[in-house]
Order: sequence, then structure tokens, then C-alpha cells
Amino acid sequence: MKRETISSLIARRAFLRKIGVAGAAVAAGVVPKVAAKNESFPTPDYDWTKHRWAFGVDATKCIGCLRCVEACKRENDVPLTAHHFNTWVERYVYLEGEDRPRIDSQQDPVNIAASDSEGEYRFADRYQGAKVEKAFFVPKLCNQCEHPPCVQVCPVGATYKAKDGVVLIDPKYCIGCRYCVQACPYGVRWFNEEKGVSQKCYWCYHRITKGLQPACVEVCPVGARIFGDRNDKQSPISLFIRNNRVQALKPETGNEPNVYYVGIDKSVS
Amino acid sequence: MEPLIHYAPYTGWVYPNETVIEWSVAIVVYPYITGLVAGAFTVSSLYQVFGFQRLKPVAHLALLTSLCFMLFVPLPLLLHLGHPERAFNNLLTPHWTSAMAMFGYFATFYIVLLMVETWFAFRPHIVEQAQKRNGLLGTAYRLLTLGSYDLSEEALRYDRKWIFWLAIAGIPGAHGLHGYVGFVFGSLKAREWWSSDLMPVVFLFSAIISGVALLIVLYVASCKLRRIAIDLDCLKGLAYTVWGFIMVALVLEGLEFANIVYKGREGVDMIMQYVSGPLLIPYFVLQFAIGAILPLLLLSYMIWRGTSGKALIAGVTLSACLVLLSVFMMRWNVVIGGQEISKTGRGLLSYQMQLFGKEGLLVAALLLLAPLATLFGLTRFFPPWADKAA
Repeated sequence: MKRETISSLIARRAFLRKIGVAGAAVAAGVVPKVAAKNESFPTPDYDWTKHRWAFGVDATKCIGCLRCVEACKRENDVPLTAHHFNTWVERYVYLEGEDRPRIDSQQDPVNIAASDSEGEYRFADRYQGAKVEKAFFVPKLCNQCEHPPCVQVCPVGATYKAKDGVVLIDPKYCIGCRYCVQACPYGVRWFNEEKGVSQKCYWCYHRITKGLQPACVEVCPVGARIFGDRNDKQSPISLFIRNNRVQALKPETGNEPNVYYVGIDKSVS
Repeated sequence: MEPLIHYAPYTGWVYPNETVIEWSVAIVVYPYITGLVAGAFTVSSLYQVFGFQRLKPVAHLALLTSLCFMLFVPLPLLLHLGHPERAFNNLLTPHWTSAMAMFGYFATFYIVLLMVETWFAFRPHIVEQAQKRNGLLGTAYRLLTLGSYDLSEEALRYDRKWIFWLAIAGIPGAHGLHGYVGFVFGSLKAREWWSSDLMPVVFLFSAIISGVALLIVLYVASCKLRRIAIDLDCLKGLAYTVWGFIMVALVLEGLEFANIVYKGREGVDMIMQYVSGPLLIPYFVLQFAIGAILPLLLLSYMIWRGTSGKALIAGVTLSACLVLLSVFMMRWNVVIGGQEISKTGRGLLSYQMQLFGKEGLLVAALLLLAPLATLFGLTRFFPPWADKAA
């Protein structure tokens, strides 16, 4: 009985192969189109089952130079406004005698005024003269959560979690309802008004699938951003997670973020 | 021409991408209209299913109101979508984990149900007109008969059975549709102001009071326009219904707020700063004090004193208008309010409403007036008045 089933399976496979050959010959015109499609998304021959990407942020190293933000904007064609960011850097400043930090980011009007551009960024020296007790920078980006609420709420399944861990958006399928923008507790999603779809950081998926680093990691002059494959035990990210006591943002949400932080403070959320 | 994007000014610390408020006044109008549908249907069901005889004069009007508003429910959403031409993806490839995925099915089911129930309810009138009228209107009525001219007692009994069962199916349908709208907000953990188990029921009860209040206004207005006497018994019935449901709505809304304050989770300081600052008038004054507590007291006083005649009509109509305002403010305070409180829990934003544009004030006002205009037209075609029909 079992042998029969197997032999019938083999016969069926042989038959399907024949049809496949014939079909390919008939549909020769279609083949280049399919190949072109594979090429565009994102990299030919990339196998997403073989990787488990993760991201690390060492906040103790960040100097707030904002090269990462500028590189990201250009690499990913993010509108050069002070209201759309795939990644940003937060500045936390505790002044003497104050219990709570003063927090701002490069998009703050004071900082935009300092750089005199919505496409180039710098932190204004706004606490000149004040006594600073403690200060640090925290880079932020999409956490590519294990349980992403943005994916959960998408009514059409236009956003999904890839096998390698990155949360992707299909801009050809997104209806632009912006429910995902509301659902993300980290505020990483934004709406592209011109394209009519939601967008966010995807760890430069077009680069990492070619073996490159995300643009922000590449340009960071101090190594505050760490990226790699957790399947490779010797990758920078595996070592970073293994050698440090790492934290995640808003763990109480149950989203299980995949950006690992070192050197952040109680006030960072 | 107005710019494409409207940035929200803010105080404190907000995430950079939050400075664009994504859900506009169109998304305020959407649950408001859905709520009116559910509330109006409740009135119709109170008569059709539960046999509240005193509501007979408004039963058919309630059904038509529900239908007219339901026809416009998808419009604010379509205006809001970045790609409205892809809206059908929601029906073709629903992503079941999304609270929004059910919308298309709920809405379609409910529009069909309302149309079928309306057809049964107005069948005697359609047949009568089809036989009486000539010309284009006569042809339209003849088409609407769907070939059924049988008005025998047995056929009418059969119709009533259908109406009864459709009304029964419509109760979970209408309330499910609206409870689900509450779930769209209540199930999001990203915003403390939205994330509440009570949200679906809060939406539901505010929907009921808004629908009944709308019926009061429409009934009084229609009687004035038609120069006929207002059936005070019917008006009292509607007033009692609002009175009863407003209590539940108030208790639920109060409980929801009390829960946020008492649990005092992260970000509660900002919420308190918000409700005692920018939201003081929209929330405490308009939604609660003037919109809910005042009509409740006014209605209680009239019930206690046994007010009748013109004073009753004026009092009940005024209360109904206030309730309509209150529920609109409730929708506003949830949709816009939720987005004005930053996800950081450390900052407040301020929504800048556009005047023009597809998500502006003018379009929102038109969206609210369009169902009323449709209703005005439809009552000419299907007179819902008990004194002429039946």
C-alpha cells in the first residue's frame, strides 16, 4: 500500500516535470518577466529562511551627530521634512535640580532652526549656560518586533513579517488606512502622502539581502549601531547581545522588539 | 491650494512621526454615522421585535433613517484611504487578525439586511403605487414590486414574519457593527486613551442614545413640516428610551475615565494635564455636562413633573439635540483626543483641522448632511408616516 503511494507520487512528479518543461517552452515570453520581478524584490537568490537579523544600539557610544538620520533619508528616499523619519536620535538632558529629563530630537523646531534645513540635521546647543547633570543620545528605529502590532492590525495583510525577522510593507497592496501607524507604540511608522501608503524602517532590506550593512550602521562614526545575523554566533550582533546586558523598549507591550539597547536610562521609552 | 500635509504643533516630547495627525475629522464622522445607524435601528426594533406600540409612528422612519445613514458609512473611510481604489482588497483578501478586516462584511451584510427589511416594510405601499401610477415613477414602483403584487392577508402575515426575523437579525448586526468600531480603538495597546475593554460598549450605548435622539429630532421636524400633531405618547416613549440608555452610557464613560485615572499607568500625568487643559471644554463641559448630564436632568424633571404639551416637545427636542452634540463630541474626543496625547506619554499635540480638502471640515459637514438629504428624498418615495401607511 505504502509502496504504491510512493510510486504514484513519483509518477505524478515526473508528469508534472514534463508539463513544466512544456509549459516553460510555451510561456517563454512570461519567463523574463518573472525573473525581473524576483530581481526587484529584493535580491535574486536571497534565502530569507537562512537569516535571523537583529539590531543593536550602544547608546553609550552615540555622539548625536545625526549622520545616520541623513544617510537613511537619502538611502530610502524618505521625504526631506521634519515630520517623516525611518530613524531618529533622541537627546536626553538632566539639568541640575530637575528630576525629569528634557527630551528632544532632530525634528524639534529649535534644532531645525539650528541646521537651517529640514533635510540636514544637528542638535542645537540649547542648554548653553545651564548646568547639565547627565546627558545622552538614544538612536531609534523600527524594532521589527517578534509580535508586531502593525502586522496584526493591517486589514489586508499588506504588511507582514519576513522569515528573517524584518517587518515589510507591500506598497502595491497597502490601502493607506494608517491603522498600522496608530498601532505602533514606538511611533516608527509614517504615512507617505504622495504615495498614499504607510512606510517605515526595514533595516535597509535592499542592502542587507545583498550582504551589506544598513545605511545608518555603515555611516555611524562611533559604532553605536550594530547589525548582523543571529544565526551566525560570531556576528557583531550575536557578540553584542552575548557580551552585554541588553534591554528592549516598552517590553510591557508584549511585542518583543528585536532592537537591543545598551546604556539607556529609565526615562527612555 | 492647501498643503498636502498638516503638521500638528506640540508641547513636551513627542515622537517625530507623530507630528502628522493621521486620523482626521473624517474618522470622527465615520463612527458618528455608524452610531446613528445602530441607534435608529434600535428604535425600529423596539417596535418590530419588542412590540413597543407607542413607537409605531416612528418605526418606519427609524428604518429609513438607518438605511440612509448606512449608505454613507463607507464614504468617510473611502475619502480617508491613501488608495481608495484598493478598498476592495479588504473584502477579497481580509487579514483576519485585524479588527478592521471585518468591516466590509459587516457593512455589506447590514446594508443588504436594511434594504430587504425596507422592501418588506414598504411592500404594500409599493404595490399600491405600482398599480396606481403611470410614467417613470410608476415603472420604478413596478420594478420595485419584484413581480409580487399579492397583498392578501396571508401574504402580509408572511411579510410581517420576515420583518420580525430581519429585525431580530439586525439587532446583533447593527450593534455588532458598532461594537466593532469601538473595538478598532479599544484593542490598540499603543494608546492609553484608547486601550480599554470598555470601549466597544461605550461606543454601543452612545450609539443608541445618538440614534434615538436623532429620531426625536427627525420626528418632531417631520410633524412640523407636515403640519400634523405630534403624538406625545410616542415622543414620551422616545424620551424614556434616551433617558434609560443615557444612564448606562454615562456610567460606562465615567467608569472608563475612572479606570484610566485609578490605574494610573505610565503616561497618566499627561492624560490628566490634557483633560484639565485642552480637553476641558470638549470633554467635561460639552460631552459630559451639557451633552449628557443636562439632558438627563431635564428629562428626569419632565418625567417627575409629568410635563406635557408644548413644554414636553420643546424639552425633549432640546435634550435630543444636546445628546447628539454630546455623542459627536465623544467621537471627537476619542478619535482626535487619542492622537493628541503622544505615545511618549510626555507630550501633547494639537490637531489642525483643514477647511477644504477631502478630509476637511466642509466635506465632514456634507457627509453629515448627505444622509439627511437622502432621507428627505426617500420619504417622498416611501412615506414612513403611520397615519398614511399601515
